Amino acid sequence: MLDFLLRVFGKDNSSSKNVAKERLRLVLVHDRADMSPQLIEDLKEDLIKVISNYMEIDENALEVNLDSSNNTVALVANIPVLRMKRTSNRKEKIG
Amino acid sequence: MGEVIVITSGKGGVGKTTTTANIGTGLAASGLKVVLVDTDIGLRNLDVVLGLENRIVYDIVDVTHGNCRLKQALIKDKRFEGLHLLPAAQTKDKTSVTPDQIRELCAQLKKEFDYVIIDCPAGIEQGFKNAIAGAEKAIVVTTPEVSAVRDADRIIGLLEAAELHNPKLIVNRLRPLMVKRGDMMSIDDIIDILAIDLLGVVPEDEMIVITTNKGEPAVLDNNSRAGQAYRNVARRITGEDVPLMDLEAETGLMYKLKKLIGFK
Ligand SMILES: Nc1ncnc2c1ncn2[C@@H]1O[C@H](COP(=O)(O)OP(=O)(O)O)[C@@H](O)[C@H]1O
Ligand SMILES: [Mg+2]
Repeated sequence: MLDFLLRVFGKDNSSSKNVAKERLRLVLVHDRADMSPQLIEDLKEDLIKVISNYMEIDENALEVNLDSSNNTVALVANIPVLRMKRTSNRKEKIG
Repeated sequence: MGEVIVITSGKGGVGKTTTTANIGTGLAASGLKVVLVDTDIGLRNLDVVLGLENRIVYDIVDVTHGNCRLKQALIKDKRFEGLHLLPAAQTKDKTSVTPDQIRELCAQLKKEFDYVIIDCPAGIEQGFKNAIAGAEKAIVVTTPEVSAVRDADRIIGLLEAAELHNPKLIVNRLRPLMVKRGDMMSIDDIIDILAIDLLGVVPEDEMIVITTNKGEPAVLDNNSRAGQAYRNVARRITGEDVPLMDLEAETGLMYKLKKLIGFK
């Protein structure tokens, strides 16, 4: 009965439509995680730009991957640091 | 110069062939010159949906292999002067046609016709690559189910990669009552996920089965809801601004009562 009322008032998150949407959302995060090499390259380039404001990194050894396991997808980056900067270049660059 | 549109989906059985036949017939019914190209080699279907199966002499492979001229392989529809079908080959191997050949074929067809509509096979392999090769626009068909929407998402990515930008969506077999009670994803839900423009919504309709049985597309049946939806889609393709039809109003109790007492 409660189930019925919840449905009538549209508050039921377990309605099969919502289950479908949530499953789709997860499955598409995984599907789309199969990023094109070009997109990964673009991401790397942007990452290098941002991080270089704070530290000197080994650009050639930089690795970026989307790691999907269980129910989550994580962006995993391995960025060897060569030297830390004392102050950031951020303002100069923006200005 | 005409326009080449591919009807695709990834998943099989969601209504690509039904959609191709109905849109094509709808456009031809308004006087346009249309050719429908069946690229589902080995699983020829469009001919029977259109009721033209007895007229086939040559097929798409005969054309690409030079066994006949393009004109000889085109089958004229029995209802509309402007409607033609280029049937798929039934017995040949699907690798017998290449994307380059289809591209060339489309280039020739669009000189003659206002619309060249390509019925794509299921899947993302060779048949898909052939079907999209000559297309300038794409229509993605899906149903409100997890597997179909997922495959549509994949197809949209592949179309984008092939530089076929801004594909349009048709949601087929929608059941408004199920949506209302929360047991089917709504149009908004699907658009939200796929993030492409909506071209039309086709309700689940027995008339599709009945008209397909007879080889007469539902778009010609004034009493068919799906037919109405396809008429609207055809008009939108020609650039008309046609509002979505109110699916819910007419599936409700009042409608059923009216229908029972013969008001509708
Ligand atoms: N709106 C609809 N209502 C009811 N049945 C439909 C509808 N659309 C398609 N069908 C049925 O679904 C089946 C698959 O359709 P089809 O067009 O052959 O799909 P595809 O070409 O994508 O494989 C057919 O039997 C067809 O009659
Ligand atoms: Mg088909």
